[in-house]
Amino acid sequence: MNFSPLNIILIGIAGLLGVGFYGLLITRNLIKVVMMLQILIKAVVLALVFAGKISGNLGLGQSTAATVIVADTIVAVVGLALAVQVRRRFGTLDVPQISTLKG
Amino acid sequence: MESIEYFLLLTGAIFCAYRATVSKRILSSTLYLACISALTSVVIFMLGATQVAVMELSVGAGLVTVLMVYALSVVGEDALDPTSVIPKPLALGLVGTVTILLGWMVYPAIQVTIVSGDVDLASVLWQSRVLDVWIQIVLIFSGVMGVLGLLSERTPGHSEEVHA
Repeated sequence: MNFSPLNIILIGIAGLLGVGFYGLLITRNLIKVVMMLQILIKAVVLALVFAGKISGNLGLGQSTAATVIVADTIVAVVGLALAVQVRRRFGTLDVPQISTLKG
Repeated sequence: MESIEYFLLLTGAIFCAYRATVSKRILSSTLYLACISALTSVVIFMLGATQVAVMELSVGAGLVTVLMVYALSVVGEDALDPTSVIPKPLALGLVGTVTILLGWMVYPAIQVTIVSGDVDLASVLWQSRVLDVWIQIVLIFSGVMGVLGLLSERTPGHSEEVHA
């Protein structure tokens, strides 16, 4: 395996995805769950642009990446607003604790 | 030379992602997240996707960070991350396996020469992918409505007035 820029970017994308998945598995705080989703999405945006670059259709890669960025921002905004409301109502942000509460 | 730049930028991004994951204080995680966004946008810029790089920098490192800090200021200082339910070695093993399998599947696909003949973003976005623009408009509108609904304070006695 030679360390060309393409291979390094691929390893970087895989690394970011791995750290994001790991964080998603071990995290219990609702705000931090949103953060881990953000890390995953950053890896995906990078992968989309990279795919556009190597296939010679960078415009298409940029277009889909822009859509993903907008959707990701909306997810973050709604997720954070939800976390604030959950904190106000239940007094905690711990996901396992919230899932056992009624109401 | 280009390989070294990519290596340094992506190593920095992965390090920041790791620190954001293991950091106990969520404010520190937020700052690491902004760093990841900045480093990622530099890599995207170097790949030639300048518009998306600017968008990622302004939205990822700017807007989302501000929103996170605002949410933390509302939630308060008890926003600490407790210990995980899943044992960390198990999570690490699972993620390592999945990542290696993913790399093994994707690696042969990128062993190609880069094809030239690019079309600019504006013509793709406004001609062949115009549905994406409409989806983005709907998403932004629904996001704003969702946030207004979720963050709205309930005034006391409102439900009684409605029932009366």
